[in-house]
Amino acid sequence: MIKETLSDRLLKGFFILAIGLFSVYCLLPFWSVVASSFASEASILSKGYTFWPADFSLEAYKLIFKDNTIYRAYSVTTFVTLAGTVMSMILTSAMAYALSVKSVKYRNHIAFYVYFTMLFHGGLVASYLLISKYLDMKDTIWVLIIPSMLSAWNMFLLRNFFASIDDSIAESAKIDGANDVYILFRIILPISLPALATIGLFYALGYWNKWFDAVLYINDKDLYPLQYLIQRIMNNLDYINQVSADINIPNFIPPAMTVRLATTVVTIGPIVLLYPLLQKYFVKGLMVGAVKG
Amino acid sequence: MSNTAMSIPEHAYPGTKKRGILGAFFFELIKNKFLYLLALPGMIWFFIFAYLPMGGIVIAFQDFKAMKGIARSEFVGLKNFQFFFRSNDWIQIVTNTVFLNVLFIAFNTLAAVAIAVMVTELGGKWFKKITQSVMIFPHFLSWTVVAMFVMAFVSTDGGFINQILSVFGIPPVQFLSSPGYWPVILVLLKVWHGAGFGSIVYMATISGINPDIYESASIDGASRFQKIRYITLPLLKPTVILLLILAVGGIFNGDFGMIYAIIGRNPPLYPTTDVIDTYLFRAMMDLGDMSMSAAIGFMQSLVGFVLVLTVNYAAKKVAPESAIF
Repeated sequence: MIKETLSDRLLKGFFILAIGLFSVYCLLPFWSVVASSFASEASILSKGYTFWPADFSLEAYKLIFKDNTIYRAYSVTTFVTLAGTVMSMILTSAMAYALSVKSVKYRNHIAFYVYFTMLFHGGLVASYLLISKYLDMKDTIWVLIIPSMLSAWNMFLLRNFFASIDDSIAESAKIDGANDVYILFRIILPISLPALATIGLFYALGYWNKWFDAVLYINDKDLYPLQYLIQRIMNNLDYINQVSADINIPNFIPPAMTVRLATTVVTIGPIVLLYPLLQKYFVKGLMVGAVKG
Repeated sequence: MSNTAMSIPEHAYPGTKKRGILGAFFFELIKNKFLYLLALPGMIWFFIFAYLPMGGIVIAFQDFKAMKGIARSEFVGLKNFQFFFRSNDWIQIVTNTVFLNVLFIAFNTLAAVAIAVMVTELGGKWFKKITQSVMIFPHFLSWTVVAMFVMAFVSTDGGFINQILSVFGIPPVQFLSSPGYWPVILVLLKVWHGAGFGSIVYMATISGINPDIYESASIDGASRFQKIRYITLPLLKPTVILLLILAVGGIFNGDFGMIYAIIGRNPPLYPTTDVIDTYLFRAMMDLGDMSMSAAIGFMQSLVGFVLVLTVNYAAKKVAPESAIF
């Protein structure tokens, strides 16, 4: 090992500083919203947002958890995320596996059929008319799942991973009389867990963070997903008036600011909790996909 | 070995060659029936949700009426396109879309490459792990959540930026009605949201570089800076170009999710932030003008398609290893 010179160490010091500062920059907005959500409405109104709540208050959280809107939005989003991810993974891995087997003569034709959809699309208007008018999926929970069930990008990422698995594993199972469906579910998928975790995470996040489809297709308040609820409460006061409806204090001013912030914090909660567990999987999985791709 | 393997099917199924094109087609389908069955649901999905909407492009050439549907609406030729280009909006929204995307692509690529290079050089395991997690994290938050964060910073009363300004006695800035600041704010947000996540791909590329190259450079007395300048960055170039090609193909697609969530319906900010996608969305939802929206969307798709082909063609000439197809 060659000893580092002064300039090398200075450069490294600069890198540590730069990365440290950028990390703070990444964390700051998040921290400020969490901190402000625990402040009292009065202090936010008089002193503004804060990085450290001077007078700690759970008022906003009490209000939103008393109303059932947040629970309903949570169950919609949870259902969409779980059901959607499972369906996405089944469809994606089935297709990706078929396209990864080299003895399938038309696999490149099918791959192009999928790839073309990444290059050219029919546009928002046509999709909107198709889904709302011709498929009549408006105001159903399935409209949040089915139209986004497959992603060409994820499919190719997974296909590249499957293609990197030794052919002989599938061949020997075939000689033993297993069919391709059995091989996929019993042999290929179990040895592909890191890749599946990565793709599954991408799908799950896509479903969890979905809101634009709700803007287009959901009018029914009972079907609002969490992120759409956030978008609604940022732009109107209905929700805030609703959660503070049963408070019978004269001249009570609904805590509009902190209710918004607290709802935001409640929305990101599960991501923050699950993130450390999932992170190691997708960094690995992405690296595999990126190098092979 | 492979020759014998190839010739087995001919012996096993005599007359392969005489079967004809159609026969060979069905033979292949039957031979791999389970695999084609596995691909089938996905193919049907892509047909319904990607290919059927392509047929909907005809709306761009119609005077579409929801009552009549696509089949019976009247064809009007290029009238919808003329209508769009006659209003002066198009210059503004196309300029905004391209300008913002160029800024996004440039700054995100720079930041992502810088992060990847710097993180790879860091020694400490814990510091590396924690900072990496923190930097990737914003990517997992939806833009509606980010919009809430933005409010905490730019609000006129109580926003952090104005709190800091007031310490220095500077009067508060009305960010929500001053379009000039927003390209900067949006770029800062985009880097915040995507640079850490984008750096993963570059880190993967760097970790794939043969360590012997660095070793022999060290023996020759290369400094840390020289190793980055002459080994890491040149070897990152193909990946950077490949990702730039993909990005350039989408340069006419505004980031709807981001801009609609953050700017929303705030007309004072439209001069610098209204992009093709948000304009199209409003034309569709507020005016109900399906035909003009479809015309805009069609042009956007078409230009994007031509751009990808062109850039890829250029890449093939300049740097063949970066071309996509």
